[in-house]
Amino acid sequence: MKTKTAKQRAAAPPRRIAKLWQLRLYVMDTTAKSQTAFANLKKFCESHLKGRYHITVIDLLKQPQLAKGDQILAIPTVVRKLPKPVRTIIGNLSDTARVLVGLDLRAAD
Amino acid sequence: MKNNGHKPASPATQLPKCPTGIQGLDEITGGGLPRGRPTLVCGGAGCGKTLLAAEFLVRGAAQFGEPGVLMAFEETEKELKANVASLGFDLEGLVRRKKIVIDYVHIERSDAQESGEYDLEGLFVRLGHAIDSIGAKRVVLDTLEVLFASLPNEAILRSELRRLFRWLKDKGVTAVITAERGRESLTRHGLEEYVSDCVIVLDHRVNDQIATRHLRVVKYRGALHGTNEFPFLIGGEGISVLPITSLALNHKVSAGRIATGIHRLDAMLGGKGFFRGSSILITGTSGTGKTIIAANFAQAAARRGERVLFFSFEESPNQIIRNMHSIGLRLEPLVKRDLLRFHSARPSLYGLEMHLATMFREIATFKPHVVIIDPITSLMDSGTESEGKAMVTRLIDYLKAGQVTSLFTSLSQGAHQMQQNETGMSSLMDAWVLLQDFEGNGERNRVLYVLKARGMAHSNQIREFLISDHGIDLVDAYIGVSGVLTGSARVAQGDLEKAAVLASQQEAAQLKREVERKRKALDRQIGDLRSDYEGEALELRRIAEQVGTRTFVLGTERAASGLLRQADTKAAAITRVNHRNGKVS
Repeated sequence: MKTKTAKQRAAAPPRRIAKLWQLRLYVMDTTAKSQTAFANLKKFCESHLKGRYHITVIDLLKQPQLAKGDQILAIPTVVRKLPKPVRTIIGNLSDTARVLVGLDLRAAD
Repeated sequence: MKNNGHKPASPATQLPKCPTGIQGLDEITGGGLPRGRPTLVCGGAGCGKTLLAAEFLVRGAAQFGEPGVLMAFEETEKELKANVASLGFDLEGLVRRKKIVIDYVHIERSDAQESGEYDLEGLFVRLGHAIDSIGAKRVVLDTLEVLFASLPNEAILRSELRRLFRWLKDKGVTAVITAERGRESLTRHGLEEYVSDCVIVLDHRVNDQIATRHLRVVKYRGALHGTNEFPFLIGGEGISVLPITSLALNHKVSAGRIATGIHRLDAMLGGKGFFRGSSILITGTSGTGKTIIAANFAQAAARRGERVLFFSFEESPNQIIRNMHSIGLRLEPLVKRDLLRFHSARPSLYGLEMHLATMFREIATFKPHVVIIDPITSLMDSGTESEGKAMVTRLIDYLKAGQVTSLFTSLSQGAHQMQQNETGMSSLMDAWVLLQDFEGNGERNRVLYVLKARGMAHSNQIREFLISDHGIDLVDAYIGVSGVLTGSARVAQGDLEKAAVLASQQEAAQLKREVERKRKALDRQIGDLRSDYEGEALELRRIAEQVGTRTFVLGTERAASGLLRQADTKAAAITRVNHRNGKVS
């Protein structure tokens, strides 16, 4: 995975739930875990939040100063900035159930 | 840095060290922490781990030109700044001048869900970024163990920690990692297994209700270090570790002498008093006049213009001044001129170490020529015996290094046998004056001996020690067949001697008068005899005159009759008469 600030925006605004989901994925470019995480996250969003999510990928190798802001220690980390409250999941998101709990995705449906 | 181990290590340049600048710690570790390696500092709550780590950073940045990164897991940047500011560290300013970076890592378990594999690369990145931003040479991680509480997967955490320490070494930074002390192991989460170069254990112990902090270097790979527990304290200037003794006995010595203020005592000490820079012990039971001797010493020194620092652990300064005034010592003017300074504190106010540190600080600021500690025993009682002795040793070392003359008074309990701590202490002292009570004749009298005085001829005699309105006086005790006499017995003995002298004087005077009288009688007799003689001589003359007159008359008569007979005899007769008359008159 390249340093890709992937912005996946919903094509149409069908807005069943008004909120836009803002997610940040902190990664280190080179690690396989990061690539897996991005793939997993995208998969989840597509299946649960299609059209109303926005993923920002932050590569800490390029922007190390950003780690402080969200108190990032572990890589990869997903931070749900919106909707509030802020939630954090660490890991490559391979444990689906935990991701659902962590991002509180069930509530989105 | 990390390759230094491969160099052919000459004994002089073993392991590069990173000076902490913390008073005493560099002495124990022989120069500081291992440079370019992590050091583990562990201890229970309130031991001063964070402070030690912070001081390491602050001193590094301020004194040694080594910027540092403080990664705090427990306290926020603001809290940390406030905490260390109370100890006189300007963390704020150092951060502003980009000498120190503080990164507060806040993690709460409830925040994070764990899903799948991860690593702590984020931590590495943050740390690496902080280090690179100011070119840090020192790193503090305080307290890394918080991670164990916030990250559920211990297996990952442990492998990441191992990697972290490896990474720190590769970065070439000197790191200090703090950790809570565990119940059975050094640290609660076994961090010591990752940090194998240097481990320092801090400890906070309460002994007889007095708390003392201790520091011990448990492990220091590749370097000699003091393995003992060293007391340390957190004072106004940060941490100071107090090595039990300075490394060698190599004080400079002075041949100069310092008078005691008591003339006779000086005389007992070879006429000049104690050596300058020596340590003097004055022991005695209560009421033998220890403080008075100390005050005399203080006054004499201050009057010579020397600075005197008087540590009193029993009396307040005003009380001492008042009491000494009653025996004619005027300390107040000396205090006003700031030649004499008092420092009073209750021994139980704080631990021995704190006392020692305060004393060190007072001494360092006032720079006295003479230090008096009255009494050292009550101070020693506030710790255990070995602590007490260690403390005195350190104090004496410190004072001797600065050529300060020190006088310690020591209260002994028993009248005659020496206390254990006295005999222990005496080996540290250069001079020892013993004060004693002599009881007898229904009175108590004070006597004084010089028990020892290293390097000078001193009197072996006992002196009676008198305290009067005008100060101390030493008088010779009377030593006779019946033993040592003091007090009224000595006075009585003196009186007896005086009486004997008086009697013999009177006798001589009597004899003199007798002789005089006899001489006068003789003179009188001589006079009598002379007047007798003169009387007789007068008589004799009178008789002679009479005889003369008679002869003349007789002659005249003859001449007259002769004239009648023959004229030619007339002239002869006249010349004869004239001649005789002239002679008589």
